[in-house]
Amino acid sequence: MLNRIIAISRKEVKQLLRDKRMMFVLFFFPVFLLIIFGYAVNFDVQNVRLAVQDNDHTETSRDLIKTISSSSYFQIVEYYDNDKRGKEILDEGIAKGLMIIPTDFEKNIFSAKEEVKVQILLDGVDGNSAAIIQNYSIAAITSFNKKLNKNASNKIGIKLEAPINLQSRFWFNPQLQTTIYMLPGLIALILIVTAVITVSLSLVREKERGTIEQINVSSLTIFELLLGKLFPYVIISYINAAIILLAGYILFGVVVMGSYWLLFVSTFLFLFASTAIGIFISVVSDSQQVAFTIATFASLLPATILSGFIFPIESMPVIIQWLTNVTPAKFFIIALRGIIIKGVGLSAFWDQWIYMFLFATFFMLISVVKYQQSLKKL
Amino acid sequence: MHSIEVKNLRKEFGNFVAVNDISFNVNSGDIFGFLGANGAGKTTAIKMMCGILAPTSGDALVHGFSIAKDPSNVKLNIGYMSQRFSLYNDLSVVENINFFGGVYGLSGKDLEKRKDWVLEIANLKNEEKVLTGSLPGGIKQRLALGTAVIHKPKIVFLDEPTSGVDPLSRRAFWELIQNLSSEGVTVLVTTHYLEEAEYCNDIILMDAGEIIANGSSKVMKEKYLKNDILEIECSDVIAGLEILEKQNFVEETSIFGNNIHISINKNLKELNQINTLLKSSHNIDVIRVQKIVPTLEDVFIHLLEKRRNAK
Repeated sequence: MLNRIIAISRKEVKQLLRDKRMMFVLFFFPVFLLIIFGYAVNFDVQNVRLAVQDNDHTETSRDLIKTISSSSYFQIVEYYDNDKRGKEILDEGIAKGLMIIPTDFEKNIFSAKEEVKVQILLDGVDGNSAAIIQNYSIAAITSFNKKLNKNASNKIGIKLEAPINLQSRFWFNPQLQTTIYMLPGLIALILIVTAVITVSLSLVREKERGTIEQINVSSLTIFELLLGKLFPYVIISYINAAIILLAGYILFGVVVMGSYWLLFVSTFLFLFASTAIGIFISVVSDSQQVAFTIATFASLLPATILSGFIFPIESMPVIIQWLTNVTPAKFFIIALRGIIIKGVGLSAFWDQWIYMFLFATFFMLISVVKYQQSLKKL
Repeated sequence: MHSIEVKNLRKEFGNFVAVNDISFNVNSGDIFGFLGANGAGKTTAIKMMCGILAPTSGDALVHGFSIAKDPSNVKLNIGYMSQRFSLYNDLSVVENINFFGGVYGLSGKDLEKRKDWVLEIANLKNEEKVLTGSLPGGIKQRLALGTAVIHKPKIVFLDEPTSGVDPLSRRAFWELIQNLSSEGVTVLVTTHYLEEAEYCNDIILMDAGEIIANGSSKVMKEKYLKNDILEIECSDVIAGLEILEKQNFVEETSIFGNNIHISINKNLKELNQINTLLKSSHNIDVIRVQKIVPTLEDVFIHLLEKRRNAK
């Protein structure tokens, strides 16, 4: 039995090595995707372009502007002096936001009679970024307020502090870098796409060329055939995963915090589940074109949209949340984020292993059933 | 002893009956010809006998194993070469041999021995590393046959092994088949080339899923063709055929190349009658009229036409 499985794996590897295009796709594709996603898909908001309308022109207003522009989050691109220009700036996208400092800004602060208002107008088209910019500005104003209070209380010689001082820290990803958050999802995406497509193509190719008949008529069992075919692709996927981790370290400084052993087993279960999808596709399709199309849709879309890779599953409607189980990438990403970013142990994600295993077994079983049905209709 | 025993084998695809309750036996070591037009059900019957297609009803014993109940034991004892060329074009000759050897569980010395044998019969010694896709058709077929019997099966099924192969390579291929048979291997072969059927010990002819004739080539000719066959060479084949069809001494007509074949009954008193008829009434020059030994093709055309007419 082992001999026969090895014979198939060896054949598969030789065919693969001779297929230069496939080799290129298999090894270039992961790094390419990593670079695209790593640099292009970025939710970090930095250097937001801001225009300022300073109607006060006092020392305090300039101080506020300086405080804001000195952080790396904002970049002042223009000072203007009337509302019409302000509208233009937002319309034409010269700046993402406007800060308007009212007249008598300094006077009112020190007289303490009236409430002092500073207005921020934001371009809300990209809601996500706008919300982040809003938070940054609140933080900037808060720290400016503190500074003012301190100066005022120092003058009269008393120590005045806010009763509660919030100290927040982000664990696991202190700088809130998108890349660190994205890398596990990216590994899942690349592995599932390559595994599903290559496995489905490799079996359908045999159907298309008629070589499957010769295999069917041999005493080879379906399990020996599938195992023999899967083995080389599992190895390739491990190499791919290693390349992505290495590139992630070199390009984005992402380090695996947890155990490599857990990473290895999680990846294995995930590959098992992904290749099971590939096998199912190859059983139900008759040509490489059909298989390729189904494989691309079935792997790429759910792994990007439904896996929690980019969009958090918790904020989806319940029905969609339920639907997210169509991709094993969902389970793998949870496990990977635990291992790579948090460095946690198996107790934090053991259930994901079970889900992946069940997923794989389910698809393997219906593939075998479908395959046996198709033999009756040759 | 029968190597293959087919009993009421039947296969339906929906409403279509591809194989309609066929029964026959194949003797051990025979070359058995499976003939019939495209779509007659030959390939379906072979796939069932190989254990890769389950029959709708009926059964066959292949080397003593039931194809319906025990297809995996059937597979262990047979070799199969499909209609389509089924080696891997993107593997070298030796990689293909290693692969199929491995699939059939050969390894070490056994594999080396069989590898040498396959290379020898395919005439590919010293060309082991050539990509299979670049081999000429005839050599490819020999290599395919070699790999199909690499595990020394008792029975080998060849589905149109020589289609698209030049005459010389076909002859060489049949020598290989005869060698296998002389070593005691039962060979069941389908073909379109009726002259190849003459190499077979036994033949069955299939049409629309049914067996319409069986026996050796000699038996078939005697049993199914009671009339004499004349070959007529004349100046206008089409016109000549039309006239002859209407004569009361003619049972059947067909065109063979540039000649007309007619089967005659006892209404024809002498051959010269034909010359005079064609010349006098329609001014067709008859170059030659000759009584011939019927070929299998004559037998099959006779049988198939009889069936078509009956319908």
